[in-house]
Formats: sequence, C-alpha cells, structure tokens
Amino acid sequence: MTHSTQQAILLLADGHVFYGQAFGKIGTTTGELCFNTGMTGYQEVFTDPSYSGQILIMNNVHIGNYGVKDADVESDTVKIRGLIARNLEEQFSRFQAKGSLSDYLIANNIVAIEGVDTRALVTHVRTKGAMNCIISSEITDIEKLKSELAKCPDMDGLDLASGVSTKEEYELGDTSSTLKVAVLDFGIKKNILNCLVERGAHVRVHPANTTLSRLKEFNPNGYFLSNGPGDPAALPFAINTIKEILAEDKPLFGICLGHQLLALANDIPTFKMHHGHRGLNHPVKNIISGLCEITTQNHGFGVDPEAVRKHANVEVTHLNLNDDSIEGIRLKDKPAFSVQYHPEATPGPHDSRYLFDDFVKMMKS
Amino acid sequence: MPIDNSIKSVLIIGSGPIIIGQACEFDYSGSQAARSLREEGIKVILINSNPATIMTDPMMADKVYLLPLTVESIEQILDENQIDAVLPTMGGQTALNLCKEAEELGVWVKYNVRLIGVDVAAIDTAEDREKFRQLMFKIGIKVAPSHVANSFLEGKEFAQEIGFPLVIRPSFTLGGTGGSFVHNKEELDSALERGLKASPIHEVLVEKAVLGWKEYELELLRDKNDNVVIICTVENLDPMGIHTGDSITVAPAMTLSDTSFQDMRNQAILMMRSLGNFAGGCNVQFAQNPETEELIAVEINPRVSRSSALASKATGYPIAKIAAKLAIGYSLDELKNQITRTTSAYFEPALDYVIVKMPRWNFDKFKGANDTLGLQMKSVGEVMSIGRSFTEAIQKACQSLENDAVGLGYYGKSLMKSEEIVEYIKIPKWDRIFRIKDALMQGVTVKTISQVTGIDKWFVHQIQIICNIEKEIAKHSADTLPNDLLKEAKKNGFGDDQIAKILHGDCTDEQVYEKRKALGITRVYKMVDTCSAEFEAKTPYFYSTFEN
Repeated sequence: MTHSTQQAILLLADGHVFYGQAFGKIGTTTGELCFNTGMTGYQEVFTDPSYSGQILIMNNVHIGNYGVKDADVESDTVKIRGLIARNLEEQFSRFQAKGSLSDYLIANNIVAIEGVDTRALVTHVRTKGAMNCIISSEITDIEKLKSELAKCPDMDGLDLASGVSTKEEYELGDTSSTLKVAVLDFGIKKNILNCLVERGAHVRVHPANTTLSRLKEFNPNGYFLSNGPGDPAALPFAINTIKEILAEDKPLFGICLGHQLLALANDIPTFKMHHGHRGLNHPVKNIISGLCEITTQNHGFGVDPEAVRKHANVEVTHLNLNDDSIEGIRLKDKPAFSVQYHPEATPGPHDSRYLFDDFVKMMKS
Repeated sequence: MPIDNSIKSVLIIGSGPIIIGQACEFDYSGSQAARSLREEGIKVILINSNPATIMTDPMMADKVYLLPLTVESIEQILDENQIDAVLPTMGGQTALNLCKEAEELGVWVKYNVRLIGVDVAAIDTAEDREKFRQLMFKIGIKVAPSHVANSFLEGKEFAQEIGFPLVIRPSFTLGGTGGSFVHNKEELDSALERGLKASPIHEVLVEKAVLGWKEYELELLRDKNDNVVIICTVENLDPMGIHTGDSITVAPAMTLSDTSFQDMRNQAILMMRSLGNFAGGCNVQFAQNPETEELIAVEINPRVSRSSALASKATGYPIAKIAAKLAIGYSLDELKNQITRTTSAYFEPALDYVIVKMPRWNFDKFKGANDTLGLQMKSVGEVMSIGRSFTEAIQKACQSLENDAVGLGYYGKSLMKSEEIVEYIKIPKWDRIFRIKDALMQGVTVKTISQVTGIDKWFVHQIQIICNIEKEIAKHSADTLPNDLLKEAKKNGFGDDQIAKILHGDCTDEQVYEKRKALGITRVYKMVDTCSAEFEAKTPYFYSTFEN
C-alpha cells in the first residue's frame, strides 16, 4: 500500500460513494464496474482487450506485489479504464520484474483508487448488478462527478470490439506451414495466438470487419473468432461474415465473444448478464467427455440457454457447474465449435488447452 | 456414478498421541471425516489410542475403540465388526504406516476390507524417497539431486559426491524427525547416524540443500475421475531450510506471478495424477529459485495433513470432509460447495483476505533445547489470523500467540545493536520475526534483511510499513494523535494496547479505544466464504477488520 495522502473518490451510478487513496495517474475515469476474483496474473488481466470500457475491482487484497514484466501482457497496452483495490503495492519483489505497478499505471494513463472496502463493493455489485461508475483523484464535488458519470455510455448495445481490433492485417507463425488459420480479431489476447502458433499454425489476423472474400484469399484450413469487449449483438457485420464462413464448411473455433457471435450467427440470442463471470476458478464440465476443467472467464454477456437447447442444429458441449450457464456449443452438421471461457488462460489454469489440439486435429482431418 | 453403495461401514484410523510436530490436525480431519461419512448413512468405527481427542467423543462415531494402534487391535476390531472399508488418510503417517503394516500381513485381504482414499503403492511412493525421485524423473519433474543410503558408509560416499550444504532426510518419519542440515564435513557423521537411527527401515536420503529458495505448498483434491482442484496455495515467509511447521506461512501466495503459479499448478496436478489410484486430499511442496523461477518438487503427501487443516480454515473449504466423500465414490462435480450450498465443490477457492499462520514455540519449557529452527519441527502449536492486508494479519497473529507479544514488536525489545541483530537474524530462531522488526526500527535496510534471512523483500517491506506507522505514532501522545494515523494504524493491525504503549505519556488501551470509538473507527466483520464475495454464503464464518 502507499502512503499517498491524496484522496480519491469512487461514485457508482446508483449514487453510492466509496473513498480511498489515489494510485496510478491522477485524473478522472469512467466505465462499467466489474470484479475479478483471480489471485494471480493482474498484469495479464489489465492488458486483456476484453476489459475495454471497464473499471475493474480486484478482489484479491494485495495487487502489484511482483511488479510488472514485459512478457506478461495480453496486448500492448493496458485496456481497463480504471482500477479499484484494497491495497495497491508500490514496493514489489520479483527478480524478473521490470518495474512497479504504480509506474506502469502512470505510464499507461490509468487512474486507480486503493484503500477501498472492496468486499463491500463487490457484494454491492453482486446484489445490484453491473453498473457504470466514475473514479476521480481530482474532482471532489459529488454533483460534478455525477454529471461526468452521466456521459459514460451504457455497455448494452455497445460495439467496443471494432475499437480494439487490429487496424492492419498481420501474420504469425511458420509461413511455410500447411496449417493456416484466418483469425477475426475482436480484441484478441496474445496467448490465443501463441496457442495456435505453438501447434504449428500459420495465422493471419484480420480486422473485425474483414469480408469473407478477403479471408479466403489466405486460403485458410480453418477460421478463428476471437474474444473481445462489448455487446456481441452490436456487431451485425461480423455475424453476417460468420454465417458466410459457416457455409464454407471449414473448421471454425470461437472463444468468448467469438462464442457469442457463433451463437448469434445461428439465431441464438445473447443477453447482458447480471454481473458476469470474471476470475480464474470457474468450474466447467465437458458433457461430452464427462471431465471437468477449472477455467478462466471474463464475460458480461452470455448465450440464451433455452434457445441453444431448442436449436435443432446446435449441441451443448460444456456447462458451468455453478449456475448451469452455457459454456460451450458445437454445430451438429459442421466442424464448428466455441467456448464461453478462455482455454488459453493467461492468467489462469491450463486445464482447457486441449481445445486448441481439437481445433488443429479438425483442420488436419 | 455417485456413492459406492457396497460401502456400509468404514474404519477410520486415528493418529495416536499428539506430539511436537503436530497441531491436532488429525483430530480435526478425523472428526470431519467421521461426520461426513455418517451423513451418508455409513457406519463409522474409529480406532485411536489417544482419548484426549474430539474424534473419540462417543457422538463422533458409531463405535469408538481406544486401543493401541497395532495390527492386533485392527484384527480385534475386524473380528468384532463387519467392516467394508478402511480410510487410512485421516490419521497422518501413523495411520498410513499401520495400514501398510496390516496390508503386508494380509489382514485386509483376510477380512475382505477395501482400502479407500489411497493405495499402498501411493503411500510407498510418497514416503520412500528413492521411489519418489524415480517417479519424478519418469514424469519429467525436477527434484534436488539426491541418493538413498542404507548404511553409514554409503551415506558418506554420496555426501562427497553431492557436496555441501546437504540435507539428511530419514525415510518414513513424521515431522522431519531425525533430519538435519549438514553444512560441512565435520557435521556429517553425527547427522548421518541420527538420521539412520530415526528411520524405521534404516534408510536416509542424502540430498542437495536448496537453502534460500522460496518454499510453496499446494493443497489439492482429486476424485476417482481424475478431476483435480487446487484448494489453497501457501507461501512460506521463511525460505527453504526451515520445516513448514516452523515457518510463518501466508495464504494466498503473495509473491507468485501467474506464470510461475500455473507452472506449479500443472506440475502438482501431474504429480498427483501419477501417484497411483486414489481419491482424496494431497499436499505438494515446491521450492522455487527466486532468480530463475525454476521449480523443484520437494515432496508429495497423499493424505490430509497439518497444512490441509490450515488450508480448510484459511479458505472455508472443508478438505477432510470432501476427501471422505471422494473416498466413498463421489466425484467433485457431484458435490456442493459447503459454504455457498448452491455452487459446485469442483472449484478453486478465491480469497479476498490474507491468512498468516504463525507457529508457537515453548523453548522456555525445554531448557537446554537447541532453539535453532531447521528440518525438524519444534513448535508446539500455531495460530492463524485473518486480515485485509498482510500487515494486519501478521500483527493479529503476533497478538494471538498468548505470550507477551503485543503486535509485532513488543516482545521485549532487543538491546542488541543493529550489527548484532543482523548477525542474530542470519540464524533462524523462534523470535526472528520480532528481531527483523527491531532491525528495521534501527534503520537496517530492507535489502540487507532480505539478503541475510532469505525472506522475500516484499514481506520485509510490509514490516517496514508497520515500523513507519509505529515511528509516526511515537511522535504523539494520546491527545495529539491524528485521526488518520489512528485509522491507518488500526487498518494495519495495531492493537489498542500496542498503540497505548507506543504513544508517549501515560496512556492506557481504554483511552485509545475510547478515542477511536468517538471517531467511529470501529471493527467491521467480513466473511470467509470460499469465493471472494462472488456468491452468497449460507454457512460462512467471520473475522474482524477495519475499513474506511
């Protein structure tokens, strides 16, 4: 923890106020409030593009203990809009670390607040649901904060993916590989690409609005739909492209937002969850194999379970053991499947990496 | 496939006398297991030679035998009762050794009793250092270079080969009995002799010592379908070289990155899955090279232990209770989280607080005993504290030791000069944490302390925070103490009594209490709920803390 005497204020959309101390950049920030229960991997979480537009509460009480390291990122910049924690640490300890969390947040222009009763705050979010909030270490007038907060858009119906998707195409992996994957990027995490490249794939990453004809020019063996932030239903262009991809009958794998988009492309609606799933300990059962896996999750939208079950051509493959939510689906007549959770993890358990093997097998057969 | 209906009665073997080296953990786990099995309608018969336990209370089991823990006693019980299965994983090494002895004599086969929760081969592999080493080699997990010696001469030969510092670890002993560090040639002979003598099979492991590496423990559960979860990750504040039972330990791990933790998690799961065929709890210990983050496996214990009892209390996840259910055939996804009652037992607890376990020694009652800490556990008990920061938790732990410690630092302030203290803390003794605080108060740097003790500097920094607050408080009397400072002190675990002692002028703890009460700086109560408040808890427990 710091001994910063500069006060910071957190105001929620429902009027609740929490006080704490300023950390990171001195300033003001708004976003949708959410919490992550993971106990390791804060830097990977902060740089995960799926957190775009969100102000994150870390439930774990000490954050920053092992500093930051260049390799431990999921994208090139910090993607969260703001950070809330009980104790943010300036002093860190790790031989391999490059610097402190404090300097890192300042360099990335991230406003943070510490000393907050995060447990009370999380209980509030759990009860009242996701809502917008504002953190400020410069404005002390609550009325002024309220008017600033009112400018923050509602997450429902928001296309955030286009903003974090790559602007230019790029390629990774062995260019001579016969295993070629065309990736649609909605805010992809680096380690998803690593997991594909490690398995011998040559990948080309495309902006979210790329057309099928352009994807096909890569002559891919399979298609991949990435994770990403925001409301999947706000991406009709991507849903159309996925419908066209499905007509190609090539292997298709989707993660998180990619999973929701695959559902939407099959006319299964998605919905905004009460407060989402974010953490490294979510229990999932593979109902095909009967085995269980501890998964990393980060999503505020889900696919409609009833519509999935009624669908003649879609099968549930994975279920959440806590709340029975849909964690994985596959098409009965096509080599297409997707999961709501993050098999690439980082941070989180490696239990589900087999899904990348399955995808590779599918492309090879 | 849920419960195995062919099991109608189970024999639980207790751990016998509670000795130095234990913390009543087997009484706790045995009681939990008995309750857990009876809940399923299974008849529980219990044997323990120690009547001074909760598990031998008449209401805990259907039938309690207070008999010596011998094969004869087991045969007597099997003669008198129809027993379908024996659960040996709740009584520590004592129960496992007895179970193994009975197995070798063919007792279980004779009476048609199934061994549940573990198999004998797994016990052997975990306890026999050479078998363990070979298994690790087979599955590609690094261990410290070592050799098994069955004679004094062999031991000496291997010691020459491996080089100093070394560890001598006797096979099949509890709490590190008979084990020791050997820093040079002069210490070798007596250490070898002691080790061979302590082992029931006259066998020791001569092992390279990884002194100064960081030590971590993982508590795992595995079911018959090979589902594995990590219940708790515990970081030892004290580095390798001090028995875990004598180390100050912290949960969750404080200085572990996700890459390193996942590496550890993957290795632990692989180790547990390759260790025979059993369902239940397991503890795996690792040493981590702080520079390279390279790991070596230290040991695996396929049973509930002192650390699983701690992990249960630390997370709210009742390991022994669930382990007993796994032993009778349930899989983790068929069971519910016992605290939330709505979510799955197949999950990994998330903590939104810090746990500190601090051992309690009684060297004043053992005059002449060597009070240097090492491989053999010397503490006679332990306290566990919960706080919303490490500083709060460690101060609460110090306050709970039932000695004169009033928080961290009021344990008879040392009269040593800083250079003397730096020398003193090089050797781990029971009062090292207090002397580290003294050193920081005298201006010794965090870096120096970390270097000479091997304690990660993050922890030393945290103690520095406590010192800084103490120095600030010391500038004031009760009247001039600023409100923010008082609040800060309470949030960092300072007791009213401790603050009163630090303030100058005559001040009592009542005065501090009245002052903070008037300012509204009062306790709030938080839950231990296994899930960091993500879900509503039905049967949580509480701890007190201070928030804004």
